[in-house]
Amino acid sequence: MWDFLQTYGGRLAEGTLVTAAQFALATAVALVAALAAGLGRLSAHWPVRAAATTYVEIFRGTSLLVQLYWIFYVLPLFGISLPKLTAGFLSVGLNVGAYGAEIVRGSILSVQRGQWEAAYALSMSPWKRMRRIILPQALVLMLPPWGNLLIELLKGTALVALIGVADLMFVAKQINGSTFLSAEAFGTALVIYYLLARVLITPAMRRLERSMARRLGRA
Amino acid sequence: MTFDWKWDFVWEIAPRLAAATLNTLLAAGSGYAIALVLGLALALGQRTRWPALTFILRETLEFIRSTPLVLQIFFIFYVGPQVGITLSPWVAGMMAIGLHYSAYLAEVYRAGIVAVPKGQWEACRALNMTTRDTYARIVLPQAVPQAIPGMGNYLVGIFKDTPMLSVIGVTELMQTANAIGSETYRFLEPYTLVGVIFLALSLPTAGLVRLLERVLRRKLGM
Repeated sequence: MWDFLQTYGGRLAEGTLVTAAQFALATAVALVAALAAGLGRLSAHWPVRAAATTYVEIFRGTSLLVQLYWIFYVLPLFGISLPKLTAGFLSVGLNVGAYGAEIVRGSILSVQRGQWEAAYALSMSPWKRMRRIILPQALVLMLPPWGNLLIELLKGTALVALIGVADLMFVAKQINGSTFLSAEAFGTALVIYYLLARVLITPAMRRLERSMARRLGRA
Repeated sequence: MTFDWKWDFVWEIAPRLAAATLNTLLAAGSGYAIALVLGLALALGQRTRWPALTFILRETLEFIRSTPLVLQIFFIFYVGPQVGITLSPWVAGMMAIGLHYSAYLAEVYRAGIVAVPKGQWEACRALNMTTRDTYARIVLPQAVPQAIPGMGNYLVGIFKDTPMLSVIGVTELMQTANAIGSETYRFLEPYTLVGVIFLALSLPTAGLVRLLERVLRRKLGM
């Protein structure tokens, strides 16, 4: 095991960096998509609602792998050729964003009615009401489910290896292919994914939850 | 190659995709069956008298839930033969999916069991029921209906995760679409059809689960 890590540790570390980059970029895509679609589903204009609902249902109704292959192999036929790195984080981000949209929508709807009415009574514009009153409170509500969703997102990034992105999963597969040290290669990768989830993502989200609650005077 | 949708080609590959759809459903169904049984065992295993067992199970499930399914599929498929268990892609795939989702279902069962009112346990105690009878006749019949919506959501989840089985060569939808693509150099129709088939199956199922949830809530007076 020690020999294995000495020989392949470097490559696994490189793969982990690619996974981390895919994770960060996919998270950015997911946040933007979730916010846009979540607000879109609550819009007063039906075309906006319809567009947001279509996006959410299509991306939640099909598999991430199908979306990834479609974006990477079929979109070029429509004249949109994406490099595999971009296709990777874009698919993962859009997929998770569709689930995130439901979290955004749900948490906005669960901000207490009195808050909406108070903003209305102060004759705030809808945009100002959303930005200053509703969203900050909704944000506190949506952070815990987002923590779980980000773990799902990290797991989702493992699929980008299948279109050739040299992430952690890809490196593990390569090492397995050339050495047949399957238990070591896949086992190490599993442990790294676990550590990324439990040592980085979960504690970071907990801290964010606490600091957000404090800023709203609720801690 | 530019965008031109060919209906002839669609009809040509439709039978193969239909057969693959059956395989996908079979894979989802058997994976789910494993997950339902194993998940219950894992949930009950966390409620024994031995805190060490509870701790080990909880950490193991946490590990399974936080790591990618596709990697677990590879692990089981490639490491199995090295310890003397050669598994066919189907068996390895079903085991991986079953194990992965049992970790989620254990949590669903656990929540259902915890939601059974304390008085029910006390009544069993007062009637001198054995632990086995308490679970089999009183607790689980009340816990499982509570857990059904969660169980339904994971059925849809398993269904959508079956394309990952294509990585070890299970001939489900994704694998078939890949094969068609590499034989004919046409990816537009097979991949799009796979997406449409998934939508056509998972949207109604998700709708049914929501309906079932509403009916159950009413029946259980929640």
